[in-house]
Amino acid sequence: MKGLDITTPSASLVVQRQPFGLEVIVAGVWTMDAVLPSRSQVLKAIHASQSSTLLRFDMSAVQRWDSALVTEIIAITQAAQHQGLSVDSSSLLPTIQNLLNLVSALPEKHHPPKPPHRITWLEEWESGFTHILQEAFATVEFIGQLCLSSLDVIQKRSHFRRLDWWLQVQDCGPSAFPIVTVISLLVGLILAFVGAVQLSLFGAQMYIANLVSLGMTREMGCLMTAIIMSGRTGAAYAAQLGTMRVNDEIDALRTMNLEPLAFLVLPRMLALILIMPLLCLYADLMGIFGGALVSLTVFDISTAEYLDRTIHAVQMKDFLIGFVKSSVFGVLIAFSGCMRGMQCGRSASAVGDAATSAVVTSIVFIVIADSIMTLICNRFGI
Amino acid sequence: MPQSVISVEDLTMAYGSVLIQKDLNFSVNQGDIFVIMGGSGCGKSTLLRHMIGLSSPLKGDVRFGGQSLVMADSLQRQQLMKKFGVLFQTGGLLSSLTLGENISLPLTESTQLSAGKIREIVAYKLALVGLAGFEDYYPLQLSGGMQKRAGLARAMALDPEILFFDEPSAGLDPVTSKHLDDLILRLRESLETTIVIVTHELSSIFAIGNNGIFLDAETKTLIAQGSPQQMLATSQEAKVLNFLYRGNLPSAEGHKNE
Repeated sequence: MKGLDITTPSASLVVQRQPFGLEVIVAGVWTMDAVLPSRSQVLKAIHASQSSTLLRFDMSAVQRWDSALVTEIIAITQAAQHQGLSVDSSSLLPTIQNLLNLVSALPEKHHPPKPPHRITWLEEWESGFTHILQEAFATVEFIGQLCLSSLDVIQKRSHFRRLDWWLQVQDCGPSAFPIVTVISLLVGLILAFVGAVQLSLFGAQMYIANLVSLGMTREMGCLMTAIIMSGRTGAAYAAQLGTMRVNDEIDALRTMNLEPLAFLVLPRMLALILIMPLLCLYADLMGIFGGALVSLTVFDISTAEYLDRTIHAVQMKDFLIGFVKSSVFGVLIAFSGCMRGMQCGRSASAVGDAATSAVVTSIVFIVIADSIMTLICNRFGI
Repeated sequence: MPQSVISVEDLTMAYGSVLIQKDLNFSVNQGDIFVIMGGSGCGKSTLLRHMIGLSSPLKGDVRFGGQSLVMADSLQRQQLMKKFGVLFQTGGLLSSLTLGENISLPLTESTQLSAGKIREIVAYKLALVGLAGFEDYYPLQLSGGMQKRAGLARAMALDPEILFFDEPSAGLDPVTSKHLDDLILRLRESLETTIVIVTHELSSIFAIGNNGIFLDAETKTLIAQGSPQQMLATSQEAKVLNFLYRGNLPSAEGHKNE
């Protein structure tokens, strides 16, 4: 259908000087999928004419037409009026005349066009700085509200829905098992491979078990779980709460005298805080198992040896460190997810922004918190 | 005899195992303002979705000028889709694009017009719906009524032969809703477009509708057909009269005397 049908005459636009003034002859097929002629000759003729010249259209040979023709006529008419020519609108096709009336009849609201504002580097810095300040204030405010509503729940002034909490636990716990399994197994595998290549240089492949078990329990187990959960659950929290805000559900809760923080945010946060350490322990075990797979199959270490080295290398405190870290990460993920969700704007794209920024915020928080805790452990020799 | 533009034949619609409407037969004529009426939840919007090819029916067919939409292959379907424009309940404008970009999107995608010509067409369409000069605004910066009108401008971008409206007056105040009705009437007069409207706004139904059907949720089929005035005068169905009288059904004698 695109392009020009050979059998139909193409659109043509011709201007002629007549005794009465200018005559614009429009002919052929003027549709959006036809090839349209240029109007430069007509405009030139209009610009060359004196004001109060009469401009008439001859549209007798127009066949099919659509908006392509109407906009052409509008452009020519406007140019003519601008030049001071008088346009004989009765020479137009009646339907086009109607449409032109419709276009000009509806009140044209003149909103001033937004001024083109050039942002200097200073303003950019300023807005960046105020943005950071606002973020910090919003974070502190959210923490404050959270504390207050927790206090309300403890003092039984607002209601905490156990059922919701349990649903959230199921949602972020058991359903995250498959992905946590796969990722931590592979991380254990990778640690074993990378470590073994280096250790074999000293003939110390035996120590793969130490490397994997310590690496998993102290760092990788909790870190990988945290990153998985921030992508999986943190983003989901932000999107759920954000959508509820867009649908006025959060405002509806407020009007029913239900505090959204106690009703929506606390169950989610408590669920994740409970589940994170458990998932982390599970990830530790899976990682150690992954390392064992590599050591047993590729590097010829016996099962007994691997187990023995692992038991000697890992102490209870290593598990506890992972446990504590993952609890902290759980708080951070749930906090950023819920905060971004509650701060969400009221459009479809705002929900996407909230989910993105929940993941970014929680990963930044996680890495910062992890460095601080590792530093502390190092300092005190734990 | 007016020419039939859309004919719906034995259309049966279902969501999964839930039957929505069955055995619908009607046709929309050239230049009609065709109103699909019925109580809430009777399947009006579902019918519209089937007529524009967003859902496929369990049985039956929707034909545009003799060509089947249900049986069409993807190329034919594209050609058919170009024939109609749709205004969705909440406007359906893409919120990440400005009004100008929203309207020029179908133009750049399915025509080979120059950028300048597209700009002119966009300006003209916006002027038609009374939003001249709003090209650079984002949908969220506009009021609900303006968003609807901008949605209408986008629906008309490709000069469709048929316009579909899903609850055009939902969420608008009576005055704005009347403006929209006037706009629809004027556009129909000037462009000779056929219009299909899903609505339960009584004032709109009587003001602009000249043909229509009434769907019933219980019997799951259409129980009245014709212009709203005709329905009011001739229908024997209590449900139809109840709807058209807004629940204040006059006594049977009173109705006969009218």
